[in-house]
Amino acid sequence: MKFMLLQDYAPTEVAAEFIGAWSPEDAAAHIEFQRQMNQRLTESGELVEAQALTGPEQAKFVVYDGVGAPVVTDGPFPEGKELLAGYRMIDVESLERAIEIAAEASAAPGPGGKPIKTVIEVREVMGAPMPEQ
Amino acid sequence: MSRTRDIEDLLRDAAPRVLAAVARRFGDFADAEDATQEAMLAATQQWPRQRTPENPAGWLIHVASLRVIDRARSDSSRRDREAAAAVREPRDPPPSPEHDDTLALMFMSCHPELTPASAIALTLRAVAGLATAEIAAAFLVPEATMAQRISRAKRTIKASAIAFRMPTGEEWAARLRSVLHILYLIFNEGYLTTGGPELARADVSREAIRLARIAHRALPDDPEVAGLLALMLLTEARRAARTTAGGELVPLDEQDRSLWDRELIAEGVELARVASSKGSAGEYLIQAQIAALHDTAARSQDTDWRRIAGLYAVLEQMTSNPMVSLNGAIAVAMFEGPETGLALLQPLEQPLAGHHRLHAIRAHLLEMAGELDAAFAEYETAANRTTNLPERDYLTMKAARVNERRSQSRVS
Repeated sequence: MKFMLLQDYAPTEVAAEFIGAWSPEDAAAHIEFQRQMNQRLTESGELVEAQALTGPEQAKFVVYDGVGAPVVTDGPFPEGKELLAGYRMIDVESLERAIEIAAEASAAPGPGGKPIKTVIEVREVMGAPMPEQ
Repeated sequence: MSRTRDIEDLLRDAAPRVLAAVARRFGDFADAEDATQEAMLAATQQWPRQRTPENPAGWLIHVASLRVIDRARSDSSRRDREAAAAVREPRDPPPSPEHDDTLALMFMSCHPELTPASAIALTLRAVAGLATAEIAAAFLVPEATMAQRISRAKRTIKASAIAFRMPTGEEWAARLRSVLHILYLIFNEGYLTTGGPELARADVSREAIRLARIAHRALPDDPEVAGLLALMLLTEARRAARTTAGGELVPLDEQDRSLWDRELIAEGVELARVASSKGSAGEYLIQAQIAALHDTAARSQDTDWRRIAGLYAVLEQMTSNPMVSLNGAIAVAMFEGPETGLALLQPLEQPLAGHHRLHAIRAHLLEMAGELDAAFAEYETAANRTTNLPERDYLTMKAARVNERRSQSRVS
């Protein structure tokens, strides 16, 4: 089963969003945690893809009615904090395992090494139809 | 089993050379590619049963050439023109130096009508002989996507009816520029992008260097070709020191210089020196000269920043590229002080608006000048704007360290 684990920019109850405002040790620990987590998921054969997205100020919203020119809106957006910051796609045995991995990501170390408690959105990816009996 | 593996390796190594020779002989890339594929197929069937020929590439070129001729004969629309020409050829093509064939192939695959992404993919596939799966892995795209990109590039070439031959006369310089540009982009893909698996990326850079060596062998007197090769070698020499084991970027002034590859440096410096003696330097040679000055400084503080700033000034006049001016500003700041560097950034505000590198450099200079609050804000902006993850991590860490320094200075 494939799942997308999605993260946005919203500040959590324990941390402001810009990691550079933490102490260097805490920032380094957080960055290292993310790297090692991807490493572990690669080694367990569960990681499909992990990507971080560029910042919300570089986002563009595009709307097109099929005639004339598309409407392209540049940031910053008032809802910028709700934009996707990054994702992991995993291929796991069960929903339980997906939740376990999401929980691990949510507890990434924050300031003072305390779990940052980021909200991780877990969404199953549509798969191929089951073979007919 | 191992014999099959040997034959596969042999075929892979020979393929670009065979394709180049056949394409050059008949002047048609697409036909040559089909014929090369057929000859390779024939080899996988015949060589294990019989004996591997003593000159495998010669065998393949011969068989592929026969296929082209066969096809030309059966193709009535082209019979007169091509078959007649082909049949007059001797049974085996006159041997042409491998590097000339390969260079001709590069002129094709780096054609200015292709987008850079297509040209890069086609060059790695057709000239370097990498498998589509390997190229896809290095660029982090699905194999099917990469296969499509390559076949679209081939279709573009076919549709544009670009003749497969060495460019001549006035088109020569522009076409050579395209080749050098694509080789440079391939090298950078393998060096700068930090997304893919390290091995795959090192391979891509190595291929760019190998192809630049071939181009240099074919055109030993061209200072820009030598300059590009030297630039690649002098940059590649620092690869081991450029990142920590954890993948964190290490800036030039903090790198452990004992990890730099002395052989590559010696070769690059010598190449640049010889090329510089051959007349006026172009973009790549000047960049190689700058890289040579960095690579030959025993310690970061021994860097000859005045000469580097001078070279950037020449490069700036040549290219009027604001990124070059930005690099020049850092070099000047290194001996004139950060305030001078910051003043040099002012006119770059407009052309580089919002570019993360402008913010990163300004942050660095502000930090040097002791303006920590402004430096922190600039590091944050740069970190939010970069499109490269290790660079974002690096800038984030810089921000965190400046933040720590300013809170300490407030306390004391």
